[in-house]
Amino acid sequence: MSALWGAVLLASLACLAIKLAGHVLPEHWLAQPRVARVAALVTVALLSALVAVQTATAGDRLVVDARLPALGVAAVALALRAPFVLVVVLAAATAAGLRLLGMP
Amino acid sequence: MTPHDPSTAARRQAVSVSLATGLYGVSFGALSVAAGLSLPQTMALSLLMFSGGSQFAFIGVVGSGGALGAAVASATLLGARNGLYGAQLTPLLDLPWRLRVPAAQLTIDESTAVATAQPTRSAARTGFWWTGAGVFVLWNLFTLLGALAGDRLGDPRAYGLDAAAAAAFLALVWPRLAGRAAQGVAAAAVVVALVTTPLLPTGVPVLLAALVAIVVGLVTTPRASRAGRTP
Repeated sequence: MSALWGAVLLASLACLAIKLAGHVLPEHWLAQPRVARVAALVTVALLSALVAVQTATAGDRLVVDARLPALGVAAVALALRAPFVLVVVLAAATAAGLRLLGMP
Repeated sequence: MTPHDPSTAARRQAVSVSLATGLYGVSFGALSVAAGLSLPQTMALSLLMFSGGSQFAFIGVVGSGGALGAAVASATLLGARNGLYGAQLTPLLDLPWRLRVPAAQLTIDESTAVATAQPTRSAARTGFWWTGAGVFVLWNLFTLLGALAGDRLGDPRAYGLDAAAAAAFLALVWPRLAGRAAQGVAAAAVVVALVTTPLLPTGVPVLLAALVAIVVGLVTTPRASRAGRTP
């Protein structure tokens, strides 16, 4: 079995274990405001960092290419309350269009 | 059954949420094969991990050439909130033990949101199971479609799929950005991730950003309601 398969299964098991813990652990453990607050902030931080990395890096370099204006279009669509699928499609179309025009 | 029956309303809500969420399984499937995962690996993530944010994080790190350990850690950290959802749902749904494992697997943003929005326990149960099962079936179906289509696309950049991945994360974080603390943490996370990208192995900057959030969350106390609202 490849290392990638191992990682897929390990991460999946970890995610299921967390879900199960929520349903079987004593409620007051997880209901603490501080725990909830940290979990919410970790989610925000991870997703924001992923946006940044997915938009402006390639390997270990910072790059500016068609992804950046595409993300701008996605942000405008989100501000206008466009549904998820439309946001994603608009971003892809923007990047694809700009690349057709010669942007890296 | 009247139109005012709360369970009917819950079911209707569940169907629309399932459709809206299930559809974006297409982008996950396509992005996953573009990131270098095989069709069975892509399906394993949707069937077993079944948590959109975690799945996108996993393929995001793998696709950018990051260490597998960082991919596992990112996915797991993003799954942490599902544990908190379970703690909310257990008293609300009051399920027998034999149903807790399937209920745990179906515990995601959407099923929790629909269940907790219902006025009665029976409507909450209806909302939870219909949303959880509905999203699960459609999410996996559309993951398969996306992966099959993605396999035939060629260079994913030509279709802007790399930008689509970033947009997907932005859409996931967008509704969570209300409040000063969340906005501050988001800004700090972006700076930390970008500044450390040239210095650290791929995947690690994202984890470092999560660490910032943990520290901020532990050392700051939420300020009591400002402008009459709690964060």
